[in-house]
Amino acid sequence: MSGTAHITVYLVDDHRLFRAGVRAELGQHVHIVGDAGDVDVAIGDVRRLKPDVVLLDVHMPGGGGLAVIEAVRQTHPDQVFLALSVSDAAEDVIAVIRGGARGYVTKTIAPADLVDAVRRVHEGDAVFGPRLAGFVLDAFASPAGEIAASSDPELDQLTSREKEVMRHIARGFTYRETGQRLSISVKTVETHVSSVLRKLQLSNRHELTAWAATRRII
Amino acid sequence: MPAPPPPPPPRATADATAAARAVRRRAGFARHPDDRVVVGVCAGLAARLGVDALLLRLATVVLALAGGVGVMLYLAAWLLADDEQSRPPRPVTTQQNVAVGLVVLGVLLLLRDLDLWFGDGVVLPVLLGAAGSVVIWSRGDADDRERWTRLGGRIPGNPVQVMLADRSARVRLLVGAGLVAIGVTAFLATSEAVVALRQVGAAVLATLAGAVLVLGPWVARLVSELGEERAERVRTEERAEVAAHLHDSVLQTLALIQRAGTEPRRMAQLARSQERELRAWLYGRREPADATTLRALLDDTVAEVEVSHELVVELVVVGDAPADGEVAALVAAVREALVNVARHAGVDRAAVYVEVEPGAVTAFVRDRGRGFDADAVPDDRRGVADSVRGRLARHGGRATLTTAPGAGTEWELVLPLPGTDPQEQR
Repeated sequence: MSGTAHITVYLVDDHRLFRAGVRAELGQHVHIVGDAGDVDVAIGDVRRLKPDVVLLDVHMPGGGGLAVIEAVRQTHPDQVFLALSVSDAAEDVIAVIRGGARGYVTKTIAPADLVDAVRRVHEGDAVFGPRLAGFVLDAFASPAGEIAASSDPELDQLTSREKEVMRHIARGFTYRETGQRLSISVKTVETHVSSVLRKLQLSNRHELTAWAATRRII
Repeated sequence: MPAPPPPPPPRATADATAAARAVRRRAGFARHPDDRVVVGVCAGLAARLGVDALLLRLATVVLALAGGVGVMLYLAAWLLADDEQSRPPRPVTTQQNVAVGLVVLGVLLLLRDLDLWFGDGVVLPVLLGAAGSVVIWSRGDADDRERWTRLGGRIPGNPVQVMLADRSARVRLLVGAGLVAIGVTAFLATSEAVVALRQVGAAVLATLAGAVLVLGPWVARLVSELGEERAERVRTEERAEVAAHLHDSVLQTLALIQRAGTEPRRMAQLARSQERELRAWLYGRREPADATTLRALLDDTVAEVEVSHELVVELVVVGDAPADGEVAALVAAVREALVNVARHAGVDRAAVYVEVEPGAVTAFVRDRGRGFDADAVPDDRRGVADSVRGRLARHGGRATLTTAPGAGTEWELVLPLPGTDPQEQR
């Protein structure tokens, strides 16, 4: 993958072996500036090193990835995070996204795809793997009429185009394949995904707030 | 109760400290901070004298009513107590208990003669009540104590049964309760100062006080022991459950992986399916056998195909529905499509996406394998395709296959589900 060597990446995961593995896989494609196995070290390092992208495990002792995001964003609101996890639980994933992560991929992701995901979040796009797309469709599935007293109805439902894009990603298509199948450009796919990310982070939909409340981020 | 020797008058600070130390050495007992009501004087002194601490405590209370002598004795003993226990505690004997009890009684009579007394109406009933409580609750020797603890833990909620466990306990209970009753009655009958106590409410109160004297210590001990025992039992059960589960699942898989030896793909499959199963268990979803929803059925089916056909499947499910016959047919079709991928596509990955919408459930099964020319299908593959289509058609659904050489394959399986509202199934 060319054009990514200048991207600085910081790695946070409590499994040492996994950090070593990611270092080995990504080290030749991006510039890994450091890693940490616990929340406090990670917060200090990220504030000091200001990497382009922080690859973040969702589940860690001491508050998990969410604690890192919340602490760092208090002082550095523009820091970019990409969640990388084995977690299956929808509420955990939604919580880190609402906390401010710009994407979520599972640890089974192929190295080339991971490099691509790092590049995308660095360029300001959102990165949705199939699983996150599934969670999003689930969360936004109920008809908008059921949402009582919403402050901004725009935020509380997906457009039909956004839904189509999410469906394709959930089915395992890449952004490029999705664009081809829907006869739109990759750039348009990225725009749709970013818009979904914004809704995910800002919407007050009942399902989202309920999920978030269980993680006490509201 | 022996009178403490008066401390020598201080001549100089150093002398006074030395003298105090000498007195303390002579005192020969230490406070007992672990077993205390106020500061542990009674427990320390009791250990030194070989009597029950309860006896000394109640004696102090009774003597306190005799013109405050008990309070002064307590303070004096506190001042005289050593910092550290220098001698081993004397074993508690009935003989010693009775002896100290008689000494206290003698001192009381002496004080009554000297008129250091708050009045018969107060002191005598309290004395009787205290004596009763001591008789019931002085635990005699170590064997006795151990038996009490054991029975107390085993038979919660029935103190009388515990008390009646053997003959000496029965006698003790009888004598003690009798003394307490006499004490309470005497208090009610003779207390001229508190006329109001003769009224019914006050009598109930006095009876309650008697009950507390009889049962209080037992209840307190029981409550603390029950709490500990319950916590321990919960811990043990949890450990047993975790151990049983790990044995059935993780250890079995590790054994299989060791046997798989040099087949990395097989090892990865085993590890992956075990990971799935362990995670489902850790997140408390359910037992593997009771798949009652579409989502659960898909989880099980995909896990089974991953193991039996060495395929990695990315499964995404949106919404859910009850696992009835229709849904089972769809899942069976998904399984067939996945097996086909494993056999013919030449890849080890497939993606399954299932979405439940009002009125229908749609499934996509996709691979990036070699694909094929739909018009020139080998017979074996047509058979499978027809079988997938047939399954869906029998339930009013349809199956569409999209493929081309080098472009992978994708099945789209649609099954109408009348009356399905995905919101209610979530």
